[in-house]
Amino acid sequence: MAGILSSSIARKVAMALSGIFLVSFLALHFIINLTSVFSEDFFNEASHFMGTNPIVQFLLQPILVFGVIFHFVMGFVLELQNRKARGDVGYAMYKGSANSSWLSRNMIISGIVVLLFLGLHFYDFWIPEMVTKYVEGDMTGMHGDTFRYYEETVHKFAGDPIRTGLYVLSFVFLMLHLLHGFSSSFQSVGFNNKYSRGLKGFTKAFAIVVPLGFAFIAIFHYVSHL
Amino acid sequence: MKLTLKIWRQENADTKGRLETYNIDGIEEDMSFLEMLDVLNDKLVREGTEPVEFDHDCREGICGACSLMINGEPHGPDKLITTCQLHMRRFNDGDTIVIEPFRAKAFPIIKDLIVDRSAFDRIQQAGGYISVNTSGNTIDANSIPIEKDKADMSFNAATCIGCGACVASCKNASAMLFTSAKVSQFALLPQGEVEAADRVLNMVNQMDKEGFGNCTNTGACEVECPKGISLENIARMNREYLSASVAG
Ligand code: HEM
Ligand code: SF4
Ligand code: FES
Repeated sequence: MAGILSSSIARKVAMALSGIFLVSFLALHFIINLTSVFSEDFFNEASHFMGTNPIVQFLLQPILVFGVIFHFVMGFVLELQNRKARGDVGYAMYKGSANSSWLSRNMIISGIVVLLFLGLHFYDFWIPEMVTKYVEGDMTGMHGDTFRYYEETVHKFAGDPIRTGLYVLSFVFLMLHLLHGFSSSFQSVGFNNKYSRGLKGFTKAFAIVVPLGFAFIAIFHYVSHL
Repeated sequence: MKLTLKIWRQENADTKGRLETYNIDGIEEDMSFLEMLDVLNDKLVREGTEPVEFDHDCREGICGACSLMINGEPHGPDKLITTCQLHMRRFNDGDTIVIEPFRAKAFPIIKDLIVDRSAFDRIQQAGGYISVNTSGNTIDANSIPIEKDKADMSFNAATCIGCGACVASCKNASAMLFTSAKVSQFALLPQGEVEAADRVLNMVNQMDKEGFGNCTNTGACEVECPKGISLENIARMNREYLSASVAG
């Protein structure tokens, strides 16, 4: 792998593909979470399916974990290499805003916030799930005589303004990350043609709607249990 | 016009540099930025101090020699021009102007504002050419028909003057815009097809070896490029590179 990734373009393409993969995961995650606003039963069914289906659990989930780790490790590698390429002495005056957006120049900052959020998010949901399913061996998804997923999700936000606030803040940074990253990834894989303007519009809309949608879901569960 | 200039002075690549302040008077609005520096240097020489070293040659925007980071932007505040095409009417009486060399690890400072951009030459030498048989059987280039839009895109890519503003402006010191212009100018033409795969692989390889950074698509290069070289060229180079690697 070090061989393939020894060229700057290969690293860019790997970064873009892992980013696009994470975006597609994000879309799926969003759709499932959104159902929690409309239908407790549907959300439970969907969560149970995702949580117990062997293809999801033993094929897609490891790919996802690898994808996340690959993406942020590569993000740090690129950042370090790029700082080195800038040289030891910086500009006394550098007007980045004259030629590029703050978002595009600070992917590492929005990325680090998302990474911190992922730590919290794994601690909140993923680790307890793994413990219940694979340590305690309880694959039923039940708590008493109902599915536990909806209750567990809602419980995390109900009565917890700090957690809700942290989630909302993180989603804002995710939005910033995707506002540049999603459209940038198409340029990286060499897609720049007459369709690019339309695609850019779509990526920007996605980058705003999906993270704000996630924020809405967190706020919804917080508010509806006040 | 009266101006305060803060100029980077550095003896050579191995010494530490610093910003020096110079006050200068009698600058006319019609002077070019380089003429303003000529006036300063004339004054410095008369005073018996060392003039400020800076690059220049054609002074008409076609050679790519003049460089300079002016108030935080390569070639100054205006778009689509080089420093030699920048005029003092763009500034106001009493302004302070910060003048620094184009900075990048791959562009070491030679002296003051002059940097060594020979990394670009080595990228060009790695593949920025076509091999043509000149033994007397050469086929006239014009006998090969080329679609108008491709010819135009190739021509536009070929207008890159190798100034390095793209690298200087990029937060990653990436040379992707330059290299992609040089790759594209040939990739778009049938004459360039023969060596296309080797060209892109070798030029990108050389670009990486020189220590330029990884592109993160901030787009700063395209905005600061005096010749308006488009980011489409970078996407084209990425495609060319991918297909050459897969085929290779
Ligand atoms: C885990 C924490 C994360 C970190 C530290 C991180 C870091 C970065 C960095 C530094 C870049 C810029 C690299 C470049 O443009 O070459 C980037 C690009 C990108 N990121 Fe992330 N990121 C993280 C999470 C995510 C997530 C969760 C998603 C999607 C849901 C995502 C999607 C993208 C996309 C699409 C790109 C653009 C790739 C490209 O320009 O080629 N990132 N990330
Ligand atoms: S791409 Fe533009 S900015 Fe870069 S070297 Fe060529 S002319 Fe200069
Ligand atoms: S001196 Fe030739 S481009 Fe400025």
